[in-house]
Amino acid sequence: MRRAHVDAAQYGGFQLTALVVLRMLVGWHFLYEGVTKITNPQWTSVSYLQDSQGWFSETFRDLALNPGAVSVVDVLNEWGLTLIGLALLVGILTRTATVAGIVLLALYYLAAPPFPGLEYSLPTEGSYIIVNKVLVELAALVVLLALPTGHRVGLDRLFVKSGTAVEAA
Amino acid sequence: MSDESVKDTEGQVESAGIGRRDVLKALASVPVLGVFFAGWYEKKLADDAKREAIMAELGLEGRAPAVIPDAISRPPGDRVRVGIVGFGGEGESLGRCLGFAHPDWIEAEARNNLENPANRTLEVFMGQEDLNVSITAVCDLFDVRAERARAAAANADGPGGATAGQATRYRRYTELLESDVDAVVIATPDHWHTRIALDAVAAGKHLYVEKAMTRTEEEAHQMYDAVTASDITFQVGHQQRQSETHIKAREVVDAGVLGHVSLVEVTTNRNAPWGAWVYGIDDRGTPATIDWEQFQEPSENKVPFSPERFFRWRCWWDYGTGLSGDLMSHEYDAVNQILGIGIPDTVVSSGGIYYFKDGREVPDVWQAVCEYPERDLTLMYSATLANSLYRGQVFMGHDATMQVGQTVHVTADQYSTRYAEKIAGDVIDPTRPMFSYNPRTSGVDAVTSATAAYFAQRGLLYTYRDGKMVNSYHLHIKEWIDAIRGNAETSCGIERGFEEAITCHMATRAYRENRKVRWDPVARRIV
Repeated sequence: MRRAHVDAAQYGGFQLTALVVLRMLVGWHFLYEGVTKITNPQWTSVSYLQDSQGWFSETFRDLALNPGAVSVVDVLNEWGLTLIGLALLVGILTRTATVAGIVLLALYYLAAPPFPGLEYSLPTEGSYIIVNKVLVELAALVVLLALPTGHRVGLDRLFVKSGTAVEAA
Repeated sequence: MSDESVKDTEGQVESAGIGRRDVLKALASVPVLGVFFAGWYEKKLADDAKREAIMAELGLEGRAPAVIPDAISRPPGDRVRVGIVGFGGEGESLGRCLGFAHPDWIEAEARNNLENPANRTLEVFMGQEDLNVSITAVCDLFDVRAERARAAAANADGPGGATAGQATRYRRYTELLESDVDAVVIATPDHWHTRIALDAVAAGKHLYVEKAMTRTEEEAHQMYDAVTASDITFQVGHQQRQSETHIKAREVVDAGVLGHVSLVEVTTNRNAPWGAWVYGIDDRGTPATIDWEQFQEPSENKVPFSPERFFRWRCWWDYGTGLSGDLMSHEYDAVNQILGIGIPDTVVSSGGIYYFKDGREVPDVWQAVCEYPERDLTLMYSATLANSLYRGQVFMGHDATMQVGQTVHVTADQYSTRYAEKIAGDVIDPTRPMFSYNPRTSGVDAVTSATAAYFAQRGLLYTYRDGKMVNSYHLHIKEWIDAIRGNAETSCGIERGFEEAITCHMATRAYRENRKVRWDPVARRIV
């Protein structure tokens, strides 16, 4: 942790700006995905889960069959996306939010991997093979985990400075 | 900027104090949050305004139908003693809707639920309201089914458990009518409906008659005259009358959203042996266990004992009317519920036995076209038992199209007069539904068997009340029981039943007599 702080502190202005902008763009995307789901009472993850293919499809489809599980998945998605988005945007608990974002995107990727031979009934908005936008966004979060910025530009800076939150990198 | 980063590092090392620069940098991205929410709010306002403009134009509400017949629980009142005549698949199903299931069925459904937790058939059954009824009498010509009925009536494991008891088996329905039953459910093959109903009305018993109400036009007149002259409570088994989507669809029509409706297309396509009435033949069914002579008593065409005819009676004109009475009757009644069209002026029909060449008499591909010149409307029914494409009931109006199934979708027509301005102004998109109603607010329910899925899709098996899945048969039979206690009106009484029967008989006769048939509204006869 300490090393990461010191390293991060060595960013040049352009590097820092680029990383912060990347963090805010990913945060914005998460936040909007979450907020639209919360404000749409009709939204549910069911069709996404039902359409699952690949290695873990059985698990995801089982979730879709259980109304209780679906409610939990729906709430976790809605609030997970919103809170991660908010955190990345304003730079608070940035490290936790980045890790949570990676986990969430990994689940999305594994639920519907764009592997050759897998067909989905829900249309995608682009053309993908193995790599899709979910994976690219996931990689962006891995970059932000390796090169953190919350303690430089973001609310985490206040906690780092006052020494109250070591976690906040 | 590079020296700034050096300073930052120094600050971190040398001091834990928070300076003005720290606060600025900490809050640097907060204004973006403001931009985000401003953008989100603007988009939401625009979306909401668009939606409200459409809904105001349509005069509709997105909520559940305001008036749901029978949604309010009432005190159960006096116990109603029910007799069931005919305990085949339909009779057993109606027994469950009264609150009584055979122990084997409960066991099988519990197993289904274990294998697939999404199968909630048993849970829905157990959640049914206790109607405070007892099945005190049963009549079936097949010993196995009669005993099954008695076992169901006595089974305390179910929503009717408190009033479960011993039912008496009668070998003739006339003996059942002499017992102390208050009300009778007729779930026999069609050729028996009228005889039982006429005697039941004469005995002052309330009646629930499965569709088709009768097998012939003459019988429809007899039943109409008897029931209207009595004060019994009468219900025909068109359970989709309880479906939330059908009630909503009627609201859409009443609000004038569709403009002039000139064509309605309804279908019942099935593609499996069960869908073509090739039901299983119970090998316990022998001349010793089935009263075959009594089965064919009302039929002019007497034949030797035939398990095929007994278990698959819908395939013969002697006992039913094939697609007409079994399936067109449901589709017609749904349209009659939504549009109130009554009996058509003329009907033409055609079809044939094109797939199930198994010795049956009734067509397996069949269509009927009903004309309503006074309404400037055509109703087209089509069916094949060799393809299962489902497209819902389609109501085609000048201004919009409505599709009704488990959901209601209303899509503006691109050449609509009424919506022309809103279509031009991009408020209404004619390529997408402008109004959709889905009574399932959240969660999922699964019905597993092909048969169950078929009925569920058409709103024939399950519907929703406040988002909760309920069996529409149960609601339909509950409405009848409530009406017997004087607390409700039945939604498919003798007038609607007569319209259903006559329309189906016009279609059947148009096919069998190979001509266009007409309804004479003065003489009240098919000519």
